[in-house]
Amino acid sequence: MGAVFLALVVLVAALWLGAAIGETAIPLEVVAKTVANRLWDAGYPLEPIDEGIVWSYRLSRAVVAACCGASLALSGVVLQSLLRNPLADPYILGISAGASTGAVGVAILGLGAGLLTLPMGAFLGALVAFALVSLLAAKAGKGTAAIILAGVAGSQLFNALTSFIVTKAATAEQARGIMFWLLGNLSGVRWPDAWLAIPAALFGLAVCLWHARSLDAFTFGAESAASLGISVRRTYLTLVGISAMMTAVMVSIVGSIGFVGLVIPHAARMLVGIRHGVLLPAAALIGAAFMIVADILSRILIPGQVLPIGVITALIGAPAFALILGQRRGRA
Amino acid sequence: MMLSARNVSWAAGGAEILRDVSLDVRSGEFLGIIGPNGSGKTSLMALLAGIRKPKSGEVLLDGVPIGTLGRREVARRLALVEQQAETGERITARQAVELGRTPYLEPLSPWSPEDDAIVEAALQNVDMVHLSSRLWHTLSGGERQRLHIGRALAQHPRILLLDEPTNHLDIGHQIGLLDLVRRQGLTVAAALHDLNHAAMFCDRLAVMQGGQLVALGTPSDVLTVECIREVFGVEAEIDQGNDGSCFIRYIAMGSPHTAPSFGKDARLKSIAHRVS
Repeated sequence: MGAVFLALVVLVAALWLGAAIGETAIPLEVVAKTVANRLWDAGYPLEPIDEGIVWSYRLSRAVVAACCGASLALSGVVLQSLLRNPLADPYILGISAGASTGAVGVAILGLGAGLLTLPMGAFLGALVAFALVSLLAAKAGKGTAAIILAGVAGSQLFNALTSFIVTKAATAEQARGIMFWLLGNLSGVRWPDAWLAIPAALFGLAVCLWHARSLDAFTFGAESAASLGISVRRTYLTLVGISAMMTAVMVSIVGSIGFVGLVIPHAARMLVGIRHGVLLPAAALIGAAFMIVADILSRILIPGQVLPIGVITALIGAPAFALILGQRRGRA
Repeated sequence: MMLSARNVSWAAGGAEILRDVSLDVRSGEFLGIIGPNGSGKTSLMALLAGIRKPKSGEVLLDGVPIGTLGRREVARRLALVEQQAETGERITARQAVELGRTPYLEPLSPWSPEDDAIVEAALQNVDMVHLSSRLWHTLSGGERQRLHIGRALAQHPRILLLDEPTNHLDIGHQIGLLDLVRRQGLTVAAALHDLNHAAMFCDRLAVMQGGQLVALGTPSDVLTVECIREVFGVEAEIDQGNDGSCFIRYIAMGSPHTAPSFGKDARLKSIAHRVS
């Protein structure tokens, strides 16, 4: 109970800060009053501009960042446990590569004749890539290595397609825009995006938690899980499917933000251990808080300019990962 | 009949691994499955455990085809200890044994004091209580294997399937482990490498060769000089005890003990002397 309370406090604090910090700093009190006005019609007198910035821009952005961080971290935990590979991350299924191909397909080639938005294109691309990787994995036979190899092959293919489209058809301006998108970008995020991200993240969290014990049973491999009464195939399909869903939704909203899905699961394991009943919510929380902080940093690090959030997550994530690796070795 | 294979066959990648094997595991017995590498022991264990489906034939658990029972139901009746199942996770000894409760826990059902008691008993049973908070990767091979048995016991099964459980263990741990298994009083089917261990611990032995069952019976019936030559390609002498026990002495090609036939009587005498 205490842990749940702590988690809520951390999450609320992160969202609060996310809404307050930015190019124009807005007092925490104004943020609280804005939320009260919007949610309960509290009627505090506020500057409309401040209220607008907090509610329409920063809070929606922080909420989406939280959902995205939580989803990527959850997918990372699930895939690392299921595939028994510490290097697995949500993008191993070819999703981010497919999403970028879909995005450039829409943005540069004009696929969908104006009916498709860039996020929709990215989502479709992610699904196509995931379907292809799944087929390939099924063809390559059983075992976790098949999934990883298929994912690598699929990612390479779609990355090549993306590069092909960009070099062949994009103007310099378009190419720059696409690169920004590929590295992750929360700038255009508004409430409608949040209404997509929140259910995706919550549903994903619920499904993963439902399978927490099954994931524990994979500690000694799939055969061991089977002998503990887990229907391995169904668990694979459900959990890989839900990870793909979460990742595809998030990537299509904010682009492919690297390192979160790889590093946060390891950090969470170090902090709370390997039991998935605790590990999954912990990873989701850390992922959410981390992403909000990374977003804040991306906005304030260089005054007057927004860095792609993927740059921040990688700049923090890579050294953190190195530290974790060192720790593992030290304790082993 | 608790567990039986009826004319099961299995193939992997076009290669036939098991051909038309029929085998009953009787209630309460310790059945040893022996045979050279690649004879299909591990595949047979996987079929018996229901984690693989036979290409033809069927496996019956308590008279019901094992494929029609839910995985969870199977896991409550039958536990499998694989060959050297390993993990890179930072799991403690106790947590490894706790996994054995998985078949009894629903997604939302809480861990109960009863589960704790069962895990504690299993740890005690395999003599690992004193190491229960140690991390997996700090434990020795013998300790890890004992934990796997403990995990299997926490499943409260009636049947224990062991796939070469003593691989890579030193002789003391090999004997200790098999003795531990024997003392549980469960129905056991174990794939074993060492014929003398098989003879020591098993009530019956099934001999596999090239994916087929070639002999089945008590150790002293099955472990004959001819059988060992035929199946394993090794010359051996067998000392039969009066109590049905037997001891196998292998004879290496070209060793001083192999050849001349005139030496044989003398050797037999010396054995007879030792036995008496």
